[in-house]
Amino acid sequence: MRRLINLKRVEARRIYLTYFVVIAAYVICQTMSSTKMMSSSMRGMLVPICAYMVMAVSLNLVVGISGELSLGHAGFMSVGAFSGVATAILLQNLLPFAPVRLAIAMISGAVFAALAGFLIGIPVLRLKGDYLAIVTLAFGEIIKSILNNFYLGVDSAGLHFSMLSDTTRLLPGGQLIIRGPMGISRIMKIATFPAGFILVMIALAIVFNLVNSRFGRGFMAIRDDRIAAESIGLDVTKFKLTAFVMSAALAGAAGCLFSLNYSTIVANKFDFNTSILILVFVVLGGQGNMLGSIIAAAALTILPEKLREFSDYRMLLYAVILIMTMLITNNDNIKAFFQNILPGSKAKFQKEESDA
Amino acid sequence: MEKEKRSRTRLVPLPSRALVPDRDAARDPVLECINLGITLGGIKAVEDFNFTVGRTEIAGLIGPNGAGKTTVFNLLTKVYQPTTGTILLNGRDTHGMNTMQVNKAGIARTFQNIRLFKNLSVADNVKAAMNNDMRYNMLNAILRTPAYRREEIAAHRRALKLLSIFDMQDIADVRAGSLPYGAQRRLEIVRALATNPSLLLLDEPAAGMNPSETAELMDSIRKVHEMFQIAIVLIEHDMSLVMNICEGICVLNFGHIIAKGTPDDIQSNPAVIEAYLGRNREAK
Ligand SMILES: Nc1ncnc2c1ncn2[C@@H]1O[C@H](COP(=O)(O)OP(=O)(O)OP(=O)(O)O)[C@@H](O)[C@H]1O
Ligand SMILES: [Mg+2]
Repeated sequence: MRRLINLKRVEARRIYLTYFVVIAAYVICQTMSSTKMMSSSMRGMLVPICAYMVMAVSLNLVVGISGELSLGHAGFMSVGAFSGVATAILLQNLLPFAPVRLAIAMISGAVFAALAGFLIGIPVLRLKGDYLAIVTLAFGEIIKSILNNFYLGVDSAGLHFSMLSDTTRLLPGGQLIIRGPMGISRIMKIATFPAGFILVMIALAIVFNLVNSRFGRGFMAIRDDRIAAESIGLDVTKFKLTAFVMSAALAGAAGCLFSLNYSTIVANKFDFNTSILILVFVVLGGQGNMLGSIIAAAALTILPEKLREFSDYRMLLYAVILIMTMLITNNDNIKAFFQNILPGSKAKFQKEESDA
Repeated sequence: MEKEKRSRTRLVPLPSRALVPDRDAARDPVLECINLGITLGGIKAVEDFNFTVGRTEIAGLIGPNGAGKTTVFNLLTKVYQPTTGTILLNGRDTHGMNTMQVNKAGIARTFQNIRLFKNLSVADNVKAAMNNDMRYNMLNAILRTPAYRREEIAAHRRALKLLSIFDMQDIADVRAGSLPYGAQRRLEIVRALATNPSLLLLDEPAAGMNPSETAELMDSIRKVHEMFQIAIVLIEHDMSLVMNICEGICVLNFGHIIAKGTPDDIQSNPAVIEAYLGRNREAK
């Protein structure tokens, strides 16, 4: 009989490896940044990289584990960004200790994004078929328009908001937090690399622990065979909604972390291109493969910066590298070619092949 | 329009043509189908299907290819909604239920074209089917609380126990999609059993198996029947298996029941012989 792989052992090894890689990368980057061995441009990217890693991991929960296509993940990022940053600004005087304020802001961002995910998930995930892609695509654009026309202010009488134009009529001493197309400015940059690292670890723990529970089994069972999943009594809509809302919540927290690293944010930052970029992290890293998502997110955030010296050809090179990587990771012929060059991986590949 | 024909209440008495073993005669049947029918792509794939299954009966559903056997299973499990007729499960009308609810009400099934969760391990395929017995919530799962551990350990034990009926406990951690064909069919039965059904529907469980595997399967089905005291309906082309383990047999041809009876009755029934031989003659 063919040799059969022990999935449980493979799975456990992959999880520990992922945690290990993230912790090791954090320790190395932290040391390099505190001993000034890291360029300042690189140091400025640490928090965004963490945020993108969380985005990639959370989208992988929907795309890789749950088997649904979402094209509006940046929409949840922006909901989390605006609600989280607004929370941070409101708490500025109440909570002078920045880390606590950051944590509460991220939780607030997560809650609002989860709410948005719930509201669009409920009608869509009842349907059979790939409607989620279309609806999330629309959602990403709609939320961008809404936030571009949204005004939120606070004064002694409380919170005021208005749409389209600023009619909040704040009392003297009041502060306009969200200014429509101008977004939020004069943000106190309280996001830190350690906080980003912790968020990545939390996101990984949530996703891994969910996947290894009755919930994860449900997500993957439905992904593998919907009819069979229904026949054993799984509530397809509920499971899909659970994965989708959890993914939105993590994206919201990531959006908040991301924004608190800049002094100004605008809704246009979180557009369709950002959604696609995150999807590219997932596809490149491998569906269901969290470590792959994390590495892809880091590499594709650093790469455009590193290619700056090629100025005009920068994006061209970026595209070529992207296409090459996709081909290498997804095409069996090219895979086999590389396996022939690299003898170490050849044996491993053949073993997996015969197991499958 | 068609929908209005569907009766919603239990007014129909046990059909007189019902055929249940003596030991089940005194008890409510687990399943009653009354005038069940469906139109698929303009043709009546199943019509006037009256069928009763006793509490602890093993019944067979046979018939030539395309007779509508799988369609009957799809009607019972609400993969298709019937256009006419009533299905009573444990005396309860399943009208308006979906596949998930029918499973919760007690029907579990296997599929003719195997539908496993290919990328999950063998044990996880079985444990996925125990979801409705497990109570811990998402927070327990994320924080890995004692409640999570307790239920997961219990589920794993139970999964191994169920797998051991088919002697599969040693391959619990193997990817289901990488199993040989026969093992995949057996795993589907285990997965169905894990939902605690009162009625188990097996769609061609012996398809693609060699004679010794079929003999083993037969023993296993008997064992399951004895252990769980449930009703089993099986669709099968392997006549030796059907005649050996079924107490009652229902023969379907072109969507209609052409005969019902004990294995002996069926074997000597001229209509059945005609249906099978007629088809063979065409094929040649
Ligand atoms: N979804 C569908 N749409 C249209 N026709 C269908 C559909 N499903 C089944 N049929 C038709 O219904 C009839 C019965 O099919 P069914 O699959 O129930 O046969 P079966 O008795 O299970 O045959 P087999 O022994 O080959 O499995 C066939 O003529 C088939 O073509
Ligand atoms: Mg069939």
